[in-house]
Amino acid sequence: MTAPTGITRATLRKDLRLEWRSKDAINSMLFFSLLVVIVFSFSFDPTAEESRQIAGGLIWVAFLFAAVVALNQTWARELRNQVLDAYRVSPAPANSLFIAKTLGNFILVSVLEALMTPLFIVLYRLRALGPVWQLLLVAVLGTWALVVNGTFFAAMSIRTRSREIMLPLLLFPISLPALLAMVWATTAILNGEGARFWIVLLATYDLVFTTVCLLLFETVLNAE
Amino acid sequence: MKRAFPILGVLTAILLSYALYLALVGAPTEKTMGDVQRIFYYHVPSAWTAFILFFVNFGASVFYLIKRRSAADIIALVSAEVGVVFCTIVLVTGPIWARPVWGIWWTWDMRLTSTLVLWLIYVSYLFLRRFSSSGQTPTLAAALAVLGALCVPFVYFSIWFFRTQHPQPVMGGGGSIDPRMLHVLLINWLAFSCFAFLVCWSRYRLEELQRDVDEAHALESLLDPRGSLR
Repeated sequence: MTAPTGITRATLRKDLRLEWRSKDAINSMLFFSLLVVIVFSFSFDPTAEESRQIAGGLIWVAFLFAAVVALNQTWARELRNQVLDAYRVSPAPANSLFIAKTLGNFILVSVLEALMTPLFIVLYRLRALGPVWQLLLVAVLGTWALVVNGTFFAAMSIRTRSREIMLPLLLFPISLPALLAMVWATTAILNGEGARFWIVLLATYDLVFTTVCLLLFETVLNAE
Repeated sequence: MKRAFPILGVLTAILLSYALYLALVGAPTEKTMGDVQRIFYYHVPSAWTAFILFFVNFGASVFYLIKRRSAADIIALVSAEVGVVFCTIVLVTGPIWARPVWGIWWTWDMRLTSTLVLWLIYVSYLFLRRFSSSGQTPTLAAALAVLGALCVPFVYFSIWFFRTQHPQPVMGGGGSIDPRMLHVLLINWLAFSCFAFLVCWSRYRLEELQRDVDEAHALESLLDPRGSLR
């Protein structure tokens, strides 16, 4: 029997390879993110000073929508090929699958964010007055918060009617503390203040929710 | 159940009437806000009742995840439904109170924002219950309830910190309360709690009966040799 990390690595490698070969998800999500950024740009055309106040919120809302599009297709492949049933029957630990899926989503959403950020900087004439390394930390912790909850709720919502709408319905309320932290941290850093409290809050949130999701994933996978 | 329910119903009705009288007539008029303040006796007990019900939901969900008793699942469902109703009352009476007193309907202060997030979490819980197929609903809903309950302290902390950075006049004020007003408040809370308990109890009974009916239907269609078309 393969060790849990082996399963995680194998599943992650399979997902990344499939994605790299077809580029279905990344292409559609990239274009979607571009459209979101442009629509926001039309709607709010602030001065450089104003944009530092609102950009934090705008960026994270755009990332949130892109993340939801990414998360909705998390389990689509598995559903089409009855992989989840096979997984339930196998002795492999459910958590390995969960971590592999979460890591895959994290990589996907991070790539999206890395590509959208320069666009935002250009369109909103952004310049961070505070420590930029903190921005990176906020991005990493915030993306993980969205992705770990999102993958968990994606697994829940595949068992419901109206699959695509259930994911945001479940994800947004529970992610609100993390979203608040991400937005306020970004705004603070852009305006020259530090964001230490928010980073600690995000880290704690990530820790608590990753643990709980890991504890409950097997239950959710086997719910019948 | 048969005898206790009507007796409790009558007692609750009497208590609610007394509490209403106290709130509208008996309690002393507030110094600065006048009679508008009386909505306080409706607003605060609803909030406390909603919080208790959500706590019951959390407890029942955890119990269900451990023991898998369907009674726990029904209690979780019932407390979430009635809790959402009371939370809605809080969110509606709050702005009605705020508008004449402070001139605004809404603001993103600590209490209002946290209550709104709480309401959002439990409404999404009810959506999950409605949209998932019956076999898996209890487990999925229980998992969501646990995550939702864990989220609440984070909401408080984040908004508390944000408000210390960007202070605003505190809505609803802290400070001491006249003992006569406290007395009216507690009576109203007792009345609301009894009412909530009665509603939960009858909803529980209703859900139990509904599940028995569903099970009977399912068995009937399984055993009927001619199939379900007649």
